[in-house]
Amino acid sequence: MKRLSLLLLVALAIALPLSLLAGRVWIAPWAEPVPHATTILMELRLPRGFLAVVIGAGLGGAGAAMQGYLRNPLADPGLFGIAPGAALGAVMALFLGLAAIPFVLPAFALIGAGGAMALLALIAGRTGGIALFTLAGLMIASLAGTLTSLAISLSPNPFATSEIVTWLMGALTDRSWTDLWIAAPLTLAGLVVLWFTGPSLDALTLGEQAAVSLGVEAKRLQWWIVLGIGLVIGAGVAAAGIIGFVGLMVPHLVRPFTDRRPSSLIVPSALAGGLLVLVADTVCRVLPMASELRLGIALSLLGAPFFLALLLRLRRELA
Amino acid sequence: MLSARDLVVKRSGRTVVESASLVLEPGVLTAICGPNGAGKSSLLAALAGLLPIASGEVALGDRQVAAIPAREKARMIGFLPQQADVAWDISVETLVALGRLPWRSVPGRPARASREADSKAVASAMAAMELEALAHRPVSQLSGGEKARAAMGRVLAGEPDWILADEPLANLDLSHQQALSASLKREAGKGRGVVVVMHDLAAAMNHAERVIVIENGHIVADGAPEQALSREVIEAVWQVPCRWLGKAGARALAMGPADAET
Repeated sequence: MKRLSLLLLVALAIALPLSLLAGRVWIAPWAEPVPHATTILMELRLPRGFLAVVIGAGLGGAGAAMQGYLRNPLADPGLFGIAPGAALGAVMALFLGLAAIPFVLPAFALIGAGGAMALLALIAGRTGGIALFTLAGLMIASLAGTLTSLAISLSPNPFATSEIVTWLMGALTDRSWTDLWIAAPLTLAGLVVLWFTGPSLDALTLGEQAAVSLGVEAKRLQWWIVLGIGLVIGAGVAAAGIIGFVGLMVPHLVRPFTDRRPSSLIVPSALAGGLLVLVADTVCRVLPMASELRLGIALSLLGAPFFLALLLRLRRELA
Repeated sequence: MLSARDLVVKRSGRTVVESASLVLEPGVLTAICGPNGAGKSSLLAALAGLLPIASGEVALGDRQVAAIPAREKARMIGFLPQQADVAWDISVETLVALGRLPWRSVPGRPARASREADSKAVASAMAAMELEALAHRPVSQLSGGEKARAAMGRVLAGEPDWILADEPLANLDLSHQQALSASLKREAGKGRGVVVVMHDLAAAMNHAERVIVIENGHIVADGAPEQALSREVIEAVWQVPCRWLGKAGARALAMGPADAET
């Protein structure tokens, strides 16, 4: 398991510099010099590459923790309604025409995530039970989705509409160091929180009652999970919009290489998530299309068949 | 000493245990018996401090169980729920090692001394449940009986003072039922308190040293198996006419009225 993390780390260390070379213009030491190469590398591709790794790491780690907490391989960090909540916040910033002011859009997204977390805690956080918690999350997700649709339909002008719709697709285009400085510390803090829940998630493998008998404090665990997922997903949505399926896919890809305990899945999932999003974003950048393929769309195109295959396999195993 | 005084447990508003008082001694294998829905599992879970108590109290020594911090309680009371439901396809060894979780203070790699204690406890639990050959087998590939043994191994690995198990003998074939009963008795012999919900009255009769019979949340009989599971008690509680056959320690329950003897 340690070896797996190391392997993924090495892969990341190789992939990140390579990804910097790729794009609309190729920059390579052996190729013809490109004008403004330093600016392209330092101001566009480097922050974008780091951001891809950070967002992917957050989604992968959060996915592993979510699946462990819900004891369900089909769980995704989006389930709790935190991602739709953050998206609603960001959409409000666009709706009100405030998005051009620095920090306002990510701040709104984080407020949206915080609102969803508070609502979640208010509705379900009393008992520590997982079923009610999940239902509350689904309710919040659908409420946030509806309000987002409402904002789109009421948007003051077509420009705002298109801005909102494009933003919702999730992308890393034109992100700057500022976005990275917002997303990285929050994501890291969230991942640390989730890492600390590892042993409790392991105990949950045996069911809620057995976990409590092993010393897990259900209510406290729920708080930590909400906090960890909220930080990671809030930061991710604030910086890149909604990027689906990574949190679902990555833990599955990683699980067979571990001892399958949730705790041994969180770190490798974070690393593999970073790698996946970095590679996917780089591919999006070099695909010969009129306008760049949105990362969120690309990953969903990849994720939907994956999800289907997973469902079919689970069905076969249950049969 | 694990004791309950005037214990009342409610589940979604319904009273499932009604003013139960009992004192359990360590070193004794105690069976809790009763018909379906009598409150056996609720009584056991309340004794383990896993269910909120409506009134009365549960105490471990002179401490209220509800007031003992979760992790400390987990080290003292090992609990085996009825369903051995494992969410991930972990190996038997990994499953048994989960029993060591109450002894871990932080995630990550534990200190060497505690690592050694962990692996010793896991190894001896695996040996007690005869799981060594299955160590690397994923739980999805275990038979019902192997799963039950692995689940019990997980409890033993925690080295608790008290073992509270909800129907550990269900799903086991005759020889493993015998073996698990023997190892529970052995654990009791080491000075642990062992409290087991049993459905099979003959198993309780033959293996337990004390039997508590519960009906509709009330304790209706408590004592040595021969008394607590006497024909009269069984007929009154289960409403099945029956009689015991065989010698003490190897009794079998025969259904039918006593005068049906041929």
